[in-house]
Amino acid sequence: MANEMPLWEVFIRPRNGLSHKHCGSIHAADEVMALQAARDVYTRRGEGNSIWVVLSSAITASDPDQAGENFEPGEKIYRHPTFYEIPEEVGNM
Amino acid sequence: MYSQGLIGADGSTGETPEFLEAFQKRIDAEEKIEPNDAMPEGYRRTLIRQIGQHAHSEIVGMLPEGNWITRAPSLRRKAALLAKVQDEGGHGLYLYAAAETLGVSREEMTEELHSGKAKYSSIFNYPTLTWADIGAIGWLVDGAAIMNQIPLCRCSFGPYARAMIRVCKEESFHQRQGYEIMMELAGGTPEQKEMAQDALNRWWWPSIMMFGPHDADSQHSDQSMAWKIKRFSNDELRQKFIDATVPQAEFIGLKMPDPDLTWNEEKGGYDHGPIDWDEFWRVVKGHGPMARDRIRDRRKAWEDGAWVREAALAHAEKRRARKIAAE
Ligand SMILES: [Fe+2]
Ligand SMILES: [Fe+2]
Repeated sequence: MANEMPLWEVFIRPRNGLSHKHCGSIHAADEVMALQAARDVYTRRGEGNSIWVVLSSAITASDPDQAGENFEPGEKIYRHPTFYEIPEEVGNM
Repeated sequence: MYSQGLIGADGSTGETPEFLEAFQKRIDAEEKIEPNDAMPEGYRRTLIRQIGQHAHSEIVGMLPEGNWITRAPSLRRKAALLAKVQDEGGHGLYLYAAAETLGVSREEMTEELHSGKAKYSSIFNYPTLTWADIGAIGWLVDGAAIMNQIPLCRCSFGPYARAMIRVCKEESFHQRQGYEIMMELAGGTPEQKEMAQDALNRWWWPSIMMFGPHDADSQHSDQSMAWKIKRFSNDELRQKFIDATVPQAEFIGLKMPDPDLTWNEEKGGYDHGPIDWDEFWRVVKGHGPMARDRIRDRRKAWEDGAWVREAALAHAEKRRARKIAAE
């Protein structure tokens, strides 16, 4: 439909020291209205102090069917600290 | 439940047995399904319908309460009611967004609501005749919604579950402000108490109908349970709601309008009288006292807002063109 309102993804920083986290989406004609709508819809109770809005169409996502190949660490257990044997006398390491 | 046991949903699927089995394995392992994951068409269709019905219910649900905002008896009550109705609008938006991740557009859903093709909870087709109805709705209707929505926080579809977590955080205030209104009226003058009792009399049965048909008559429940879209049956949720609510009515000296309501020691819950399912189906099918007004009001809001949407899009286009020209 030609008259569809663009879709925006909304990210909120709950407080300084934390990263922005995806919390939902919103329809708005432009970024100014998207920010205002995001504030009204997602921060009615002090949920954050900073909002990002990103056009949904601007996001490139990985393919869920490739999740295994992309994210399965497989046999690479040497990436974990417990792979290495350190004598107890050495203490915490 | 706001989707009333999925009226008219068809969860049938045509995928290969291997595909369906692998999908069921993920569900059984309590893995969440995310929008881009492969899923049976029936799973997608069931969710689009359920989340859509739920979203429509939140939006239409703003109308009966909105009816009393300008007539709230005090500034405190008016501020609370305004905030509650705004929350319901927010709930509708979280839910539309969750449904959209499944490939349906907001415009399509809006169109289905306005054409009468999509259903919403029958409870909102009853009128709000007195201020006490605002108390009864918060206490009973939001109370019933909470009963249903808490297990939905664990729904197998990620975006729906996440939306429900946000919604549940906000619902508790809705129920408490409603109960407080009822408590104050029930403890007031005889006329005020009478008003509270009258509201309870009118809202009790529609509220327990919100959980949908009895399990034996609920066609699509089994598949929804297997897919973990649903975690409890209609009757289980209804029972929980009744058991929680009856003592609350007693506490403020109001009587449930059900002469058959009795404590059943053996099952540890209340037995209730027969539910008028003819009335339920009448109202679901759009013959409730307010059904025509509700859809008319939603259509009017949509049409009256058309110039705002058009202007916003035109303005955005102008700004974009200006920015490009300046570069
Ligand atoms: Fe709600
Ligand atoms: Fe609510």
